[in-house]
Amino acid sequence: MADKNFLPNQGELLVSSSPHIRAKETVDWLMWQVVIALLPAVVISVYFFGFRSLFIMMVGVASAVITEAIVQKALGKAITISDGSAVVTGLLLAFNVPATAPWWLVVIGSVFAIAVVKQTFGGLGYNFINPALTARAFLLAAWPQYLAGNFPLPLDSITGATPLAILKGTAAGTLPSYMDLFLGNVGGVLGETSALALLVGGLYLIWQKVIDWRTPAAFIGTVAVLTWVFGGRGGLFTGDPLYHILAGGLMLGAFFMATDYVTSPVTPKGRLIFGVGCGVITVLIRLWGGYPEGVSYSILLMNLLVPFIERWTAPRVYGVQTVRA
Amino acid sequence: MKKLWDTFFNGIINENPTLRLVIGMCAPLAVTTAVANGFWMGIAVIFVLTASNILISALRKIIPEQIRIPIFVVIIATFTTVADLSLKAIQPDIHAKLGVFVPLIVVNCIIFARAEAFASKNNVLLSTVDGLGMGLGFTLALIVLATIRELLGNGSWWGIKLLPASFEPAIVMILPPGAFVTLGYLLGGLNLLTGKTGEN
Repeated sequence: MADKNFLPNQGELLVSSSPHIRAKETVDWLMWQVVIALLPAVVISVYFFGFRSLFIMMVGVASAVITEAIVQKALGKAITISDGSAVVTGLLLAFNVPATAPWWLVVIGSVFAIAVVKQTFGGLGYNFINPALTARAFLLAAWPQYLAGNFPLPLDSITGATPLAILKGTAAGTLPSYMDLFLGNVGGVLGETSALALLVGGLYLIWQKVIDWRTPAAFIGTVAVLTWVFGGRGGLFTGDPLYHILAGGLMLGAFFMATDYVTSPVTPKGRLIFGVGCGVITVLIRLWGGYPEGVSYSILLMNLLVPFIERWTAPRVYGVQTVRA
Repeated sequence: MKKLWDTFFNGIINENPTLRLVIGMCAPLAVTTAVANGFWMGIAVIFVLTASNILISALRKIIPEQIRIPIFVVIIATFTTVADLSLKAIQPDIHAKLGVFVPLIVVNCIIFARAEAFASKNNVLLSTVDGLGMGLGFTLALIVLATIRELLGNGSWWGIKLLPASFEPAIVMILPPGAFVTLGYLLGGLNLLTGKTGEN
């Protein structure tokens, strides 16, 4: 087989009888598609946050790839850095820090994501939670001074609160307009601000059938409905769902993190449940929790439930009946 | 004599309660935010473990089989109270930081395990040595855990700043996640060193 990285332990695979259906989807192809889909957000991020943003992203990718190579070498495994999965992890991690983050913060995050979350549990395909998001949670708990509070505002050297923090009332400031939110002209971490760029990338992935539309649709739909019903200050059904969809990391999380193959369900019904669960937890944290934003924690919590979701939603095998005594 | 040494070192290396048997994990995870906390917790456990081992071993022939567990509880609870109040008198600051974990020694798995598996079957001298060895193994494990966590999470060792001021401590290491990650790598590293991996 040409797709040498299709499964980690290729040598142990048995060849079954024909037909041998081959698909174009290899791990390499899928991961590089994700990188392509992230490029619009990269460009917008560099435009709004300057070359510091590009530097942070390069540090994130380089340290993730180098860590993967070192750990695989040390463990005596085949080095699979060319499959692009470490590139995606490093880039997504860099997307999760603000432009003002020191470079060593990104390096430590990448090392944690690859060495601790991914390779300790057996490498690609065996990590039970999303490496980039876990590294973000680790960094947030380790150095909250860099990842909470004020974020750099675009096209400017000053810092300010994120739209969601203002919306929640935990920080002062004026709410940016819908257009600024849509284009990404707001404060935040590198990759989350531009709903437009992320939407373009996400729709590209859905068009290429790299990701399933169910997870992001269920995720974003749940957030929209719940923030519309409960998000307003004037009672039920007075919330502003559009603002909640465009602000924060929802687009980034829904299209690029909740759809991670390894840590999300494989069954279609399971993906819907997974998306709805992410949406519910996100809204719980945004409206009533201690943080202004809850996308990352919602995905991590739902990652832990994936084995149970898959067990509930496993399709019935054709021809098999459960015998009732 | 060799048997005494074997019993002593058994608790430190081969059957280290924290890093080998992985029992009584509540205190090792909770109190190792600073080396001083881990040290005094270890001292309290050494005292309770050795003293209750001695008493249970001495009484092993007259303790009725059916009610041995309640009797163990009474003995262990007595020494735990002694340890708790003594620590409060000697190190009030540390006692305040350890909080509920010193009284919780009374339900510590390690002490029950040694009482049931060792002290109630062996003579007083061996039980004393076993208590000391197990207690020392526990203390060493706590100090190793706390050294890593305090150094990375606070930049210090026993309150002394070791790392330069430019080092920004990773607060997560002195929070619960840091305890679990550190412990996981310690267990894995020890298994790697002693060749006890999944394959054999």
